[in-house]
Amino acid sequence: MSSKTLFDWQFALEIMPQLLHAAMYTVGITCVAFVLALVGGLLLALLRRSHSRMLSWPATAVIEFIRSTPLLIQLYFLFYVMPEFGLTLSALEAGTLGIALHYSCYVAEVYRAGLNAVPRGQWEAASALSLSRWDIYRNVVLPQAIRPIVPTLGNYLVAMFKDTPVLSAITVVELMLQAKNIGSQSFRYVEPITLAGLFFLIISIAVSLLVRQLEARLRLP
Amino acid sequence: MTELFPLLLEGTLVTIRITCAAALLAAVLALLAATAKMSTVRALRWVANSYIELFRGTSLMVQLFWLFFVLPLPPFNMTLTPYTVAVLGLGLNIGAYGAEVMRGALQSVPRGQIEAATALSMAPRDRFFSIVLPQAMANAIGPATNLLIELLKGSSLVSLITLADLTFRANQLVETTFRTAEIFSIALVIYFVLAQVINLLMRLLERRLNRGVMRASL
Repeated sequence: MSSKTLFDWQFALEIMPQLLHAAMYTVGITCVAFVLALVGGLLLALLRRSHSRMLSWPATAVIEFIRSTPLLIQLYFLFYVMPEFGLTLSALEAGTLGIALHYSCYVAEVYRAGLNAVPRGQWEAASALSLSRWDIYRNVVLPQAIRPIVPTLGNYLVAMFKDTPVLSAITVVELMLQAKNIGSQSFRYVEPITLAGLFFLIISIAVSLLVRQLEARLRLP
Repeated sequence: MTELFPLLLEGTLVTIRITCAAALLAAVLALLAATAKMSTVRALRWVANSYIELFRGTSLMVQLFWLFFVLPLPPFNMTLTPYTVAVLGLGLNIGAYGAEVMRGALQSVPRGQIEAATALSMAPRDRFFSIVLPQAMANAIGPATNLLIELLKGSSLVSLITLADLTFRANQLVETTFRTAEIFSIALVIYFVLAQVINLLMRLLERRLNRGVMRASL
């Protein structure tokens, strides 16, 4: 068997720029969506912890529902159903928003665990100093709640990145769809799909290492 | 609305079948990989580590597409049915995550239990299967439930490799009836209900595994 049939390096090199471009695009989507998820997740976590049932119950329902249904159908819903209600999103917008919403529900649970782990005494001490509720969260509770959960948040960043291929189902040309398109044009699937897998592996491992470093740096004294 | 149900239910059955088959495969792979990773043989540890890192590091969809599009081509020339690809892909992926869960659970069994079993001169096999594994399984229930729900959700991706699961049927119905909102909502609710069933079954399993465990501690 010639090496040409197993893995054509020439061809792999040829399609590299296209795949690299798609990989960067995918990383971009992930970063934007992760920032949205961090904000949305915090909001959901605070709502779920609220003392008012009117707020905590719907937040709980939304989190549980989104966490136990597939991202793929949520994306279909955003992309194909929302226009009926007057919200027309481009594929890229629907994809980014959908994956951000999906992960904000996971992130909310992470925040909640972090918030619950802050000792009661910290709240009491801050109230005793008559800090406002905003100051208590901003300067006392959140800094203590967020540091220990950084590694978990990092894991979700990696998980989110690995979920971006789902966006191809609503025609977002991310890394996986680019690889598949190259495959269907050239009738060679081995190189593009293997390279796409390799990119995912390299980027996931790199991000995991970065998160580990960040974790060491943020450790509470 | 009733005319939508037969096809959606058919899809649901396919989803359930894939999820169950892949869950079995994943459980076996997780146990094998976890024990291999804790083994004293270097080669075994290496194989287990490569498997776990490879399947956790690449995306589930890449794995499914690789099995579906690349394997039938030379030099592999292996054409698998979509069903096989689905079960294999999901099983391998969730198995890699499960391996880490299983390793944590096995390691959390107190050393005293192993020492006590050794002191009773139990054979290593009995020690593992009747002392260590049942306790490890009880420890693993929580994360395993989450993984099973991930598996159920991941199974929706098999619709993209032409397998007629619930998501595939929903899409098909949308294309013929254009009742997008209704159909996707029903599909979401069915997935939600299935996830709750997994929750319930795992809670029953947990109760069963914890039977005879002393609950009171000093």
